[in-house]
Amino acid sequence: MADVTDATTARRAPTPDDAARLADSDQSGPMLAADGRPLKQSLQRALRREKLRALMLIAPLLLFVLVTFIAPIADMLFRSVENQIVGNTLPRTVEALADWNDDAEELPPEPVFRALFFDLFLAAEAKAHTRLGSRLNYETTGISSLFRSSGRRMDDVAEPFQDVLEQADPQFGDGAFWYRLMTGEGDADTSLLNDQRERLAALTREGMGGDIGFAPSAEIAALLPRAAREYSAFALFTARIDNDVVAEEDPWESVYVALALDLQDGGAERVQSYAGPGADALQAAAANADQLPVVDFREAFIEVDDGWGDRTNWETMKTYSPPFTSGYFLNSVDLQLTADGVEAREENQRIYVMLFQRTMFMSLVITFSCILLGYPVAWLLANLPMRTANLLMILVLLPFWTSLLVRTSAWKVLLQQQGVINDTLVWLGIVSDGGRLALINNQLGTIIAMTHILLPFMILPLYSVMKTIPPTYLRAAKSLGATNWTAFWRVYFPNSVPGIGAGSILVFILSIGYYITPELVGGTTGVFISNRIAYHISSSLNWGLAAALGTILLAAVLALYWVYDRMVGIDNVKLGG
Amino acid sequence: MKLSNMLLASIALAFAAGAGGAQDMTDDMTLVSWGGAYQASQQKAYVEPYLADNPEVSAVWDESSPEAVAKLRAMNEAGNITWDLVDVVASDAIRLCDEGLAMEVDHDEILAPAPDGTPASEDFGDLIVSDCFIPQIVYSTTFGYRSDVEEWGGNEPQDVCAVFDLDTFPGQRALEKRPINNLEWALLCDGVAKEDLYDVLETEEGQQRAFAKLDTIKDQTIWWSAAAEPIQALADGEVVIASTYNGRLFSAIAEQDQPIKMLWDAQVFDLDGWIIPEGLPEDRLARVKDFLNFATDTQRLADQAAYISYGPARASSAPMVGKHADLGIEMAPHMPTNPENAKNTILYNYEWWADYRDDLDAKFQSWLAQG
Repeated sequence: MADVTDATTARRAPTPDDAARLADSDQSGPMLAADGRPLKQSLQRALRREKLRALMLIAPLLLFVLVTFIAPIADMLFRSVENQIVGNTLPRTVEALADWNDDAEELPPEPVFRALFFDLFLAAEAKAHTRLGSRLNYETTGISSLFRSSGRRMDDVAEPFQDVLEQADPQFGDGAFWYRLMTGEGDADTSLLNDQRERLAALTREGMGGDIGFAPSAEIAALLPRAAREYSAFALFTARIDNDVVAEEDPWESVYVALALDLQDGGAERVQSYAGPGADALQAAAANADQLPVVDFREAFIEVDDGWGDRTNWETMKTYSPPFTSGYFLNSVDLQLTADGVEAREENQRIYVMLFQRTMFMSLVITFSCILLGYPVAWLLANLPMRTANLLMILVLLPFWTSLLVRTSAWKVLLQQQGVINDTLVWLGIVSDGGRLALINNQLGTIIAMTHILLPFMILPLYSVMKTIPPTYLRAAKSLGATNWTAFWRVYFPNSVPGIGAGSILVFILSIGYYITPELVGGTTGVFISNRIAYHISSSLNWGLAAALGTILLAAVLALYWVYDRMVGIDNVKLGG
Repeated sequence: MKLSNMLLASIALAFAAGAGGAQDMTDDMTLVSWGGAYQASQQKAYVEPYLADNPEVSAVWDESSPEAVAKLRAMNEAGNITWDLVDVVASDAIRLCDEGLAMEVDHDEILAPAPDGTPASEDFGDLIVSDCFIPQIVYSTTFGYRSDVEEWGGNEPQDVCAVFDLDTFPGQRALEKRPINNLEWALLCDGVAKEDLYDVLETEEGQQRAFAKLDTIKDQTIWWSAAAEPIQALADGEVVIASTYNGRLFSAIAEQDQPIKMLWDAQVFDLDGWIIPEGLPEDRLARVKDFLNFATDTQRLADQAAYISYGPARASSAPMVGKHADLGIEMAPHMPTNPENAKNTILYNYEWWADYRDDLDAKFQSWLAQG
């Protein structure tokens, strides 16, 4: 194999490559091809064309593998660090929380709760708040219901503002009036609208582009920044998600709250000089600004659900606010990310490290038992006359074609305490009726069932390698005076090692990813890490954690493969002839 | 000229008819359910009658309910929803609703009222545990025991605490490999009153107490994850008492004549029903609504009880439950909701488990793994 790199040796037929190198080594000036170009260039061009053609030939397969295999795996693994949901759902809260010092023994300040109101209101409209709730519930118990119950009750927080504004001027109850007010006169504030486009696109994962028939006036945006912002969000949502006409819809309660906060926050003076559409109503509201309720949002939230008064929930939100997190990886090695940094999980919640170790250990045991059982069978197959060997081959392949579940259930019937094996042993008097053996629902059960299921993956590569070992080798060894054992151990076995290598890799890699068989026969001590991955994918929907566990498993396999390559050499692995 | 004009006209007509039809309802439905006897009961009670009334419609089953939550999420992310109506348990419906994967529905608008005019939302009552959930049946997780265990000396379990009584009722037990239900039963038999269960379970001490109670039977317990396992283990005599779904036990007892008896004490009520995936196109949604209206009316839900021993979710269906379609026995005494069976029941606490599930599952798995 070493000769591939050595192009100057004559042991190999010349290739265009050699010619290019030759041309290169020629110092006496460029050699020219028939068309007058330098030979080197022309050769390189031919070579490039050749390579391109080869690439084109494999392109369909390459593309197929990239699109259907590599990309989904990469995407899945990416979820193990991805955590954009917090920032996408509660962007203003996350921003406000950045200033909160979570070392102090206090709840976040009022601006955080105000930001939370607007974020949560919008999230509830988009029905995104419960998703975030279940995401954060993976870290802190109780956040799921906190978000679910609070999302519904944001209207209650807003109600007092709306009543006062509508009393000041009944026009505030009219959607068309709001549209005129917010559209105003003069230039539109497109940057405000575009900010909201981005924010809603992140929240709803829907396209927010295009004309929505509304743009906030720059003048209004300067006078009433919060109201303009919230109304823009409302307008985008109405036009893009509900597919309604903005001017015909009554604005959300959050817009009233925003207007009230603007008026209380100096807006009441600013609107006095305003003369655009709706100025009369704004000035009437400003005149009544002292009647607007002064709401302590922190109190209001705690009244909605006292979970908002619990610092743990806020610490979790802050800890998991960045768009990327190491939290899932830490969870998958029994650590956790808290406000105070990385901590070990409580003793009664640790499980993953143990499961990783168990998966590795049991996969090794299964691989070795496959070698032990498969080697003699493969030897028989390779050395018996064709007719008998074919019959035996069918016996090996038949279970291979049988459904995995059937084989697993069959083992149940055989191995359970009231099963065939125990019954026979009791009948023979080898064990007493009270002392039946526990052969299933433990590690032993998993090892037995999986060894059986994976045995063909060991036998087939072994067989195909043994088939190529000429029987004359053994005869020659014996004629030179070797005993049966020496002939086998010094001559036959080394020749069959590539088969063992291939079979072991197949069996080991398949077995660390197994989960159906361990789930059914493994009881509590025979389940693998894959069972937890399956649980998090299909039951708890904690895909981030499942992805982190999967990534670790993949890394472990690659590391083992590398070690194997260093120790045995991957060239020594053969799947056949 | 005349011929081609006619052709054009007829093509245009055909297009108009086709387009008109497509705007109304599609003719294909993909229904997702659990397979087995349960799906068969749905097929006989309302899918076949519906298809008989609407011969142009075809319905395809997908037996993916156990993985429905994960698959719906994947479909949603890929932007290609291939399912029209999905049968899930209530806790999954709540999760799907939370994740925005199931459509919120107005029950009174899309479901038929009871024959006496009671609106659907009242007829289903408290069983509508989520805005996305359209209940079909009430089932329960309860215990079955072998009636021929010699070591028991003629005693038979009378209440759920027999499960924890290894002295009187020796032998292996089978329990589901998850914390839900098991922790409740453990606390109940450790002397906690039924109404205090979840208050106690919220505390660290309460959880330890429940696990300590489970510890007393841990080495005599086989943990199952597929509902067929406990029935098989009971039938083989591998275990003497096992928790499972009441419908499975009914079929083992009544249809297969196994020496098994029901222990209805402290049965945990749970619900199963439909959800509509979020984001269906108009025409498919229209077909689904039409089917749903038919399939969940009072008569159809009562009909379903002739094939499987799960209680209909409508109050108005209960008096109409009749005999088993093949065996000819009265079904009412085998319903979990039958007053005789429902003397002591627990209702699955969905909200509570939605919060505590992740935490307690980690603790439960860790407890199991401690060998």
